[in-house]
Amino acid sequence: MLNYTIRRLLISIPTLLFISLVIFLLLDLAPGDPMSSIPLTVPPEVKEKMREALGLGEPVHIRFLNWLYQFFVVEPQVAWDHLFGTDFAEGKQRIISFQSRSPVMTVVAERMPQTLWVVGLSYVIGILIALPIGIISAYKQYSWFDQIGTFISMIGFSIPTFFSGVLLIVVFSVILQWFPSIYDTTHTVTDWGSFWYQVKQMIMPVSVLALYNAAQISRFMRASMLDNLNQDYVRTARAKGMSEKVVVLSHVLRNSMIPVVTVIALGVPTIFGGAIITEQVFQVNGLGQMLITAIYASDAPMVQTLTFIFAVLIVLFNLIADILYGILDPRIRYD
Amino acid sequence: MADGAAPVLNVRDLTTVFKTRSGAVHAVNSVSFSLKPGELLGIVGESGSGKSVTMMSLIGLIPAPPAIVSGEAVEFGGLDLLTATDDELRRIRGARIGFVFQDPMTSLNPVFTIGHQIMEPLRKHMGMTKPEARARAQALLELVGIPDAERRLKDYPHQFSGGMRQRVMIAIALACDPEVLIADEPTTALDVTIQAQILELMHELRAKLGMAVIWITHDLGVIAGIADRVLVMYGGQIVEHADVRDLFKQPRHPYTRALLQTVPRVRGERAERLEVIEGQPPILHAAPSSCSFAARCPFSFERCLRENPARFEVGPGHDAACFYDFDAGGPRHVG
Ligand SMILES: Nc1ncnc2c1ncn2[C@@H]1O[C@H](COP(=O)(O)OP(=O)(O)OP(=O)(O)O)[C@@H](O)[C@H]1O
Ligand code: SF4
Ligand SMILES: [Mg+2]
Repeated sequence: MLNYTIRRLLISIPTLLFISLVIFLLLDLAPGDPMSSIPLTVPPEVKEKMREALGLGEPVHIRFLNWLYQFFVVEPQVAWDHLFGTDFAEGKQRIISFQSRSPVMTVVAERMPQTLWVVGLSYVIGILIALPIGIISAYKQYSWFDQIGTFISMIGFSIPTFFSGVLLIVVFSVILQWFPSIYDTTHTVTDWGSFWYQVKQMIMPVSVLALYNAAQISRFMRASMLDNLNQDYVRTARAKGMSEKVVVLSHVLRNSMIPVVTVIALGVPTIFGGAIITEQVFQVNGLGQMLITAIYASDAPMVQTLTFIFAVLIVLFNLIADILYGILDPRIRYD
Repeated sequence: MADGAAPVLNVRDLTTVFKTRSGAVHAVNSVSFSLKPGELLGIVGESGSGKSVTMMSLIGLIPAPPAIVSGEAVEFGGLDLLTATDDELRRIRGARIGFVFQDPMTSLNPVFTIGHQIMEPLRKHMGMTKPEARARAQALLELVGIPDAERRLKDYPHQFSGGMRQRVMIAIALACDPEVLIADEPTTALDVTIQAQILELMHELRAKLGMAVIWITHDLGVIAGIADRVLVMYGGQIVEHADVRDLFKQPRHPYTRALLQTVPRVRGERAERLEVIEGQPPILHAAPSSCSFAARCPFSFERCLRENPARFEVGPGHDAACFYDFDAGGPRHVG
């Protein structure tokens, strides 16, 4: 297993380098000019200066290597310095956002908590809702519980989040005025009152995303349970006199969780990616929203860095999913 | 075999109906038989004749609903299994009645070790501690002839061959010293040499442990070698019942006679699935109102289409459900 993991990690290095190159070239080819948002009154010579300051004058391969160096050497050094008070990164050029003129990673670190809280929490809640629903729906197939579950999950993944999100805003913010319609990113929790406000502003975006996640995962869990409930080993367990609890929650569940755990692991990178649309609807200042604004502003370093981080996460969680699979299923041997 | 001894299992008028979307399927129709202590009762019949459903019905392994299991009584250990609670049934299954199923490749849970699966009933029914159960599990593996038992307890099913897995299944079935062992085509999925080994093993174990065995097969050749008495099933009914010698010497049902013609001449060779008798076994959508073998029977006459024959006594301990009297060479006049 360890060998396999190391081998996979090594293989992912060229893969990721290739991905970063492709992203870089695509962004380079894309139309759009970071200077386009500069007021027309700024004289052309000044604009040219600004371009150079942003490193836009260099040929493409130099800019790419530059980015690689900054991403893999400078930024880790900065993080290291930050943690241990050293000064390795002293005076080195970091990856700078065209828009805000501040280091990309600083902005990412600022935005990350919003996304992790809202999207991450909705993922966790979605899973916690989905697993029992999937298990019961399968065990009591075609019961009213299963029928209702099926109906709700159909709604869950057929209604786009921009619709359900706006619907919630109209009902609960505009009509009932229970929850704020705009997520206040600057809000800090200091006491019970502010904690309650934080809960209130999170309820709607988290529910929208949790419903969506729960819909998909519960269907998956149900299908996997159904697959296993008809297996011969289930009959064997019953013939041994095992209670239904042991049969379902030990024998069947243990087998059914294998593919579900994999799917859940593969879904984790999407948390970091943020739920772009939901963040837009509720104006959560998360990574997803930042990516969208960066794309509009042709902020190549920001888009490049963010997409590359997502790529790393996807590759990493693919590996984690495979390893989990190997741990959960004794039939799988990675040698 | 003490002839007068009270039967360990007495099945009276067992009937199982499946409610399916395409109508009812009467899989077991008024089956009655008894099992004496220590005897080996063979049950033969081609695929779909209701052998498995009969056995699973009497111990509550058929999910009901949707199926309907009814009858006069299934007497076992002073209890009527048809009216027993789920809890009472669970205390009998795996403890006092052991099961071995047809397909060893799928009958074991792939994600649990063999040891765990053998220990489960021991801990549940015999209240053993883990070390006690492990010691007994090891002894059981040795009993069924698996070498290096201590180490193999930690192995998973996929690390065993088909024949070895069937031995494990037998070990599980024997774990709690059952009074009755029900073996549902335990050798069908295995190749001929392994089949012979398993048969040999069962022979030995029965002599050693003295339990009563119900051995289901579609292979009369196997029955000839091991059974004391035989039930022949067709269309969910018992069509003939006799001591093994009588059955081979004087078969009294046209279906049994046809079966006997298909017994392979070379011993041990697998019987082809009764292709000699033209036609298919019926799927009954209603309780039988005529002889279910009539469509394939060379002796059928008008009464056979009007009435379902009862089991007529044709000799001591020998009965056949047929209107044709082979001793008289013409239609039976009784009944
Ligand atoms: N769950 C079910 N729903 C509907 N019909 C069923 C179900 N299980 C079994 N049957 C039907 O009951 C009949 C008897 O099946 P059973 O499995 O007992 O046959 P069998 O004698 O054991 O055959 P085999 O030798 O193939 O194991 C068949 O016609 C089958 O189609
Ligand atoms: S009752 Fe009639 S049809 Fe049925 S087996 Fe006997 S002779 Fe054949
Ligand atoms: Mg069967």
